[in-house]
Amino acid sequence: MRRSVGVGVLVVGVLTPFVPLLVWAVSGRWRYPSLLPQELSARGARLLAEPGSQVLSGLVTSLTVGAAVTVLALAVGTPAGRALGLYSFRGQRLVRFVLLAPAIVPGLAVLLGTQVFFLRYGLADSVAGVVLVHLVPTVPYVTLVTAAAFANFDVGYEQQARLLGARPLQVLRHVTLPALRPALMVAASFAFLISWSEYVLTVLIGGGAVQTLPLLLFAYARGADLTLAAAVALLLVAPPLLLVAAVSRRLPRDHGPLVGLGRL
Amino acid sequence: MSSSADAVQPRRGLARPARIGLLLAPALSVVGVLFVGGFALGVAQSLGYQPFLDGWRWSTDAYTTAWQDPAVRASVGLTLRVSLLSTVGATVLGVAAALLIHRTRRARRLLTAVFASPLPVPHVVGALTMLLLLSQSGLLSRVTHAAGVTGTPAEFPALTADGFGVAIIAEYVWKETPFVGVVVLAALSAGVDELEDAARTLGAGGLQRLRHVVLPLIAPSVAATSVLVFAFTFGSYEVPFLLGGPFPAALPVVALQYHQDVDLAARPEAMAISVVIAVLVAALVVVYLATVDRFVRRVR
Repeated sequence: MRRSVGVGVLVVGVLTPFVPLLVWAVSGRWRYPSLLPQELSARGARLLAEPGSQVLSGLVTSLTVGAAVTVLALAVGTPAGRALGLYSFRGQRLVRFVLLAPAIVPGLAVLLGTQVFFLRYGLADSVAGVVLVHLVPTVPYVTLVTAAAFANFDVGYEQQARLLGARPLQVLRHVTLPALRPALMVAASFAFLISWSEYVLTVLIGGGAVQTLPLLLFAYARGADLTLAAAVALLLVAPPLLLVAAVSRRLPRDHGPLVGLGRL
Repeated sequence: MSSSADAVQPRRGLARPARIGLLLAPALSVVGVLFVGGFALGVAQSLGYQPFLDGWRWSTDAYTTAWQDPAVRASVGLTLRVSLLSTVGATVLGVAAALLIHRTRRARRLLTAVFASPLPVPHVVGALTMLLLLSQSGLLSRVTHAAGVTGTPAEFPALTADGFGVAIIAEYVWKETPFVGVVVLAALSAGVDELEDAARTLGAGGLQRLRHVVLPLIAPSVAATSVLVFAFTFGSYEVPFLLGGPFPAALPVVALQYHQDVDLAARPEAMAISVVIAVLVAALVVVYLATVDRFVRRVR
């Protein structure tokens, strides 16, 4: 009995904040003090789908940045995960600290000092600059997840493939990558989600010229059109929920990677 | 951990140190240049260095100015209060929820999924939901109106854009409770049941089992997650910007505001605030890694 009360409180507490968001997204008019909207409308959905709208171009920008960040973070972070997971070497603790600290130390506090250099070297206000700065919070997660996977990886398989005459790229494609597939999927999801949710680093380096969805939502949340804000919020929240549902059963038991979800 | 790679010499190719160096090079150059370099540049700029400008000189004025700045002083109180209360709230609720879910048999997978649903929600969205829920014309205010407790929006307490940071704390607790809870759940499923059974057989009561078996087992996860929650909430920008008032504002909000000031003279102070945030959180990271290391050693 006491337990079911607890479960009830938990479910209500977790789900209540979703309620006004869902209702606002489909309401045409919802004035205070009414508990329910005076009018329902599909205007929110229409605003999202409108050709040439800010939201659509924001969606394209977010997807572009997210895809580029995911590919680059995997390319940069996975080798480091291999080094940390497979070898023990002098200075490993320091390397681990440097590579993992950006996952925890607030990016804004550290990157504020770089903005003037991004400006100077023409990377500010550009998608390239935003992708670059998104690598700072994403590479640590890729390294963390792949290091855990490499720690359980038997390099003997690679060596056997080499002995059988496989070239290095063939070994990578037919041995290493398949063995790491679950970890790489989790790492890729984290990289994409972190980039997809990032706000302040995008503002700092993108300077408002790179309008990702979080930037648009930020502006709408301060505006008067709450239906638009709620609709964009749902657009922003749907891919992460779907992605996490898809990869959650592949999440390693080691809780380290979950750390990533804390900062989204 | 490293045995397999160390034991077998590569048939041909690079020596081991060069191999490790090459593997680490891309990540270290990105993170090293941007993160370590960025921090160094922030420290230099907080001490007076002005890149691409003439006539700057080293000084600690920015720190003195920040220390005496009423906006910063008010901000330190708000930021510490919000981070501490959010951390305590998320930790207590997260542990309680994890214990509850761990003991629930019926529909546990569904319950876990519902509990974890705020995890992937971006904080900008979380801030908007709290605005729609807690503002003076928000859903909660409409409920109190319907119940006859308040008559107008102004009679509903200001929970957003307030001086205390109620909505900011609410958003952090909503987002971070599942984070703590999911990590603690993972620790609980690593064999706590057998230990509890053993303690029960030996005659330990419910509270005794909680205190002497369950809590020690989850303590490292709790410690680590609370450090992470504190670090995150201390340096986060968008939630306090959207849900807080203009004065006092959270430290990261003040820092970015000064950085964007048309008067470039405010920049060193912005950098000084950033350096203080980064150093404080980096100290916490060291504590965090020490906690994890100690835990790992104890388990092995």
